[in-house]
Amino acid sequence: MSGSAALLLLSLGTLLEALVVVCAVRRKLFRRYFFLNLYMILCAASSLGRWQILQQEGVKSLSYRYFYFYSDAVLTIVLFFALISLYVYVFEEMKLERYFRIGAVALLAGTCWFSYAVVSQSSHKMLTYFAFELSQNLYFVGLVLTYVLWAAILKLRETRTLLVQLVLSLGVFFGASAATYSVSNLHPTFFSYVHNMMPIMGCLLPLSWAYAFWRVPDDARLTPGSLSVVPR
Amino acid sequence: MMGALIFVCSVIFLLQFFVSYCRSLIAASVKHELSPEVLDVTGLSPATSGEDFARVSQLLQLCPDRPEDRSAVRAVGAYFRLLNFVSSTLARLAPSTHAWVESERSRCTYFAAVTLDRRIAFSRDLLAQQIEA
Repeated sequence: MSGSAALLLLSLGTLLEALVVVCAVRRKLFRRYFFLNLYMILCAASSLGRWQILQQEGVKSLSYRYFYFYSDAVLTIVLFFALISLYVYVFEEMKLERYFRIGAVALLAGTCWFSYAVVSQSSHKMLTYFAFELSQNLYFVGLVLTYVLWAAILKLRETRTLLVQLVLSLGVFFGASAATYSVSNLHPTFFSYVHNMMPIMGCLLPLSWAYAFWRVPDDARLTPGSLSVVPR
Repeated sequence: MMGALIFVCSVIFLLQFFVSYCRSLIAASVKHELSPEVLDVTGLSPATSGEDFARVSQLLQLCPDRPEDRSAVRAVGAYFRLLNFVSSTLARLAPSTHAWVESERSRCTYFAAVTLDRRIAFSRDLLAQQIEA
């Protein structure tokens, strides 16, 4: 990907991330979906950092890659907590918030330990590969957790359209990200593919969330059972 | 080996989420009744068919764009292409999926027609505002 294409994607992504927050504030949903909005704000802030490095060092520079993957790892952790906040929201009547928080921290610590164990066995370049490995594993853990949440939504017959669309678009993002990262593990030459694909996918999540916050009324309802591939 | 397994699982989950997401977008338009004008312009009968999707999409592109439905139109367009792929591959091997694919394709056409209806109404409002100004 050329430098100008990377800059264009970065600018587009930042605009969409800002749009999500603006739409949420306008619809008075900022506090209810606080972690989702916090993720978008941090995404926009990291995009500004990436933009500055991209301007100074270029898209193929080492500092851009380091900044990209380390900021991505931090953002994935925030997104992981945003997903847990959706769990809390779906199960709010059962008062399980405390257990979800403890479980989330334990799962995050386990994923960090697993990533460290994998990198320390197979590579001498700990700093280089740890962030990459952690992001990849967290995306996959996030994908599995989103799948479990979707199953819970179907089981509990959750009908809030906005919540359903937020969860499904998060699932698409986690799935696409986990697939892209795992491709690079199949063969090292696919690494450049990851490097090019991630900024494109970074635009998809804010696009779908902005759509949901903008267009879907708060009281809109649907039957989630009719949305699954195998009808229930 | 582990990477390949993660890749396969991710793609399967991704497809499931993508299909459900697109169906949630389409579900929002199901209750909308098409205006006689749109039925007339598109030549659609009340029971839409997947074959009409390309024609309705071309008409959509002729209408002024509404930023709020752009991402939904793209997602459903990608879903329709996925259904075409399934129709030409998997549905031939498993005929039982053929009916499901066809009903999904017709729902995509209905979604596109509803979007066209909304864009026409939007353009009309825009024109009325300009005349008033």
